[in-house]
Amino acid sequence: MKIGVLVKNVPDTETKIRLTADKQGIETQGVKYVMNTYDEFAVEEALKIRERLQDGTTVTAITLGPERVVETLRTALAMGADEAIHVDDPAFEGGDSLTNARIIARVVEPMGLDLILGGKQGIDYDAAQTCSALAEALGTAQALIAVELKWSEDNQSLEVRRRIEGGDEIVHVKLPAVISCEKGLNEPRYASLPGIMKAKKKEIKKVDLTGVGLDSAEVGASGSATRVVGYSPLSERPECRILEGEPVEIVKELVRALREDAKVL
Amino acid sequence: MTNDILVFAEVREGSFKRINAELVSAASVLVDKLGGVVHIAVLGGAVDGAVEEARSYATGKVYVVKSDVLDSYSTQGFASGLEAVLKECDPAIVLFGATAMGKDLSTRVAARARGSLMTDCTELDVEDGALKAKRPVYSGKAYADVITTKATIKMASLRPNIYPAAQKTGNLADVAEVSLPITLDQIGAMVKEIVVTSAGRKDVTEAEIIVAGGRSLKSEDNFKILEELADVLGASVGASRAAVDAGYAPHSRQVGQTGKVVNPKLYIACGISGAIQHLVGMRTSKVIVAINKDPNAPIFQHANYGIVGDLFEIVPIMTQQFKELLAS
Ligand SMILES: Cc1cc2nc3c(=O)[nH]c(=O)nc-3n(C[C@H](O)[C@H](O)[C@H](O)COP(=O)(O)OP(=O)(O)OC[C@H]3O[C@@H](n4cnc5c(N)ncnc54)[C@H](O)[C@@H]3O)c2cc1C
Ligand SMILES: Nc1ncnc2c1ncn2[C@@H]1O[C@H](COP(=O)(O)O)[C@@H](O)[C@H]1O
Repeated sequence: MKIGVLVKNVPDTETKIRLTADKQGIETQGVKYVMNTYDEFAVEEALKIRERLQDGTTVTAITLGPERVVETLRTALAMGADEAIHVDDPAFEGGDSLTNARIIARVVEPMGLDLILGGKQGIDYDAAQTCSALAEALGTAQALIAVELKWSEDNQSLEVRRRIEGGDEIVHVKLPAVISCEKGLNEPRYASLPGIMKAKKKEIKKVDLTGVGLDSAEVGASGSATRVVGYSPLSERPECRILEGEPVEIVKELVRALREDAKVL
Repeated sequence: MTNDILVFAEVREGSFKRINAELVSAASVLVDKLGGVVHIAVLGGAVDGAVEEARSYATGKVYVVKSDVLDSYSTQGFASGLEAVLKECDPAIVLFGATAMGKDLSTRVAARARGSLMTDCTELDVEDGALKAKRPVYSGKAYADVITTKATIKMASLRPNIYPAAQKTGNLADVAEVSLPITLDQIGAMVKEIVVTSAGRKDVTEAEIIVAGGRSLKSEDNFKILEELADVLGASVGASRAAVDAGYAPHSRQVGQTGKVVNPKLYIACGISGAIQHLVGMRTSKVIVAINKDPNAPIFQHANYGIVGDLFEIVPIMTQQFKELLAS
């Protein structure tokens, strides 16, 4: 089987997000970038499939972004991916998820992948669009927010358990397909030291605008149909009112306040 | 292209979801500025009841794609049906709920139509022909203001519980039947079964009130005191990751970065410290109440009302008091 894994380089979850003075972006200084949490599940699942099949299955990690994102490909290689592709061109700058998915589609289409795994969403812009848009561009099946994959005997189809409101959907999926991964699917492994050493030496394939064969007007900010015009902080809550007194009195006052002041009951 | 807005109506088990009425209400505000009408698309197998419901909300038409192929949800089947509706209806804007189905479908359709899409919006507006949205980014640590920049069809998914449910118009809109241009064998992924994990209780993403508990509950059994309070309030029960990891509550109830993002009117956090990864999942709640033994717990910096005390003492009193209030 040929598996592709989409990995994205995003600010660490612990990062304090500070807006720039002009509110046009976030302060990038001091921000630690890591592999998107959900993409770790995708890499792990791909490696597990390869280990189970033992038939020469290959796992290729793919990322689109500027030079810094190569780190995430190294992480994927260190975890055990066979190959890595870095899709990068100055023209790609400022593209939204739908646009980036069209670029990624150009890269993976000639590879003839059976399965593409990605994350539920990028924890940077929380778009949750790339996997579905990629499936559309490739004309394949899709199953998003997967927490369990159960393979058929011939490995040509599978049942995906995906999270929905109040339960799970069991989706029957025929390959080729794009599947996005959710926490609970597996426990991502840590890269081993030899893995990290080996990953440092591995060649990373580069693909640029010419390589994807698109016009510069179709990619990046100019190709995108949405644009972020600014950021704003979360609205501040008024200072917390600590209720004091005997427990029964406190609760009575809370109930009154929720009904009469806050009007939520 | 018309100045109309099309609302994709989510139908589950034949019933018209509340989010649909919220979308109609968001759409009404926008069409007032655009000068169009609000159409509703209903897709599925057995959807007659939902179609009737949709007719009482639409100021334009109700587009219906009814087919056995759509008995179960499939991205490709529904995308194909909705694409056919778009051809008939030619709206300027299409709205979806930011639900599992809405997010799954909207992206596929937006990509196919070469349109624009903004997911998980908390505010929508139109200006100079562009659709403007506010949407949380960086796991809810900030908002981004996003606009559409092209003349192509504009789509957005809207978080539940932001807009009030629309009032019915008092009329019944006309129905336009649209046929489905796809067959079963062209669909590569199809829902086979739905496993309900929170029977009888709303999912946290859909609830107007949430009672949530943390590690301090100490056992699955103790979560019952939260269930009792939730029953009185018609609320859903949420949990911190520490509580989920300890096995006190299922992951489907986890609120936060690696759980669900919720947006209720009232969030009652019981014995939850208020770690950043929990806060990002619930801090857009309209009113937050925190109960914690520790007066310095960070949750108090994000709550509207705080009670410093033992939840095992306070929660049962709350259950009692709310019961009395709601009975009166
Ligand atoms: C990558 C990553 C993702 C994460 N994702 C999530 C997520 O999605 N959701 C999430 O919730 N967390 C998440 N976390 C974990 C988060 O950092 C916290 O560890 C977690 O939220 C703590 O849960 P808690 O508040 O229940 O427990 P604790 O932090 O242990 O807090 C327990 C609180 O209960 C109070 N308490 C104890 N006994 C009582 C009592 N009898 N009455 C009243 N108060 C009492 C204590 O004073 C304390 O404040 C994530 C962490 C990481 C690193
Ligand atoms: N620039 C990118 N390069 C590679 N994969 C990406 C990129 N952007 C998004 N993805 C993949 O798509 C998933 C969803 O991302 P998003 O649509 O940005 O929320 C991520 O978890 C990744 O697996």
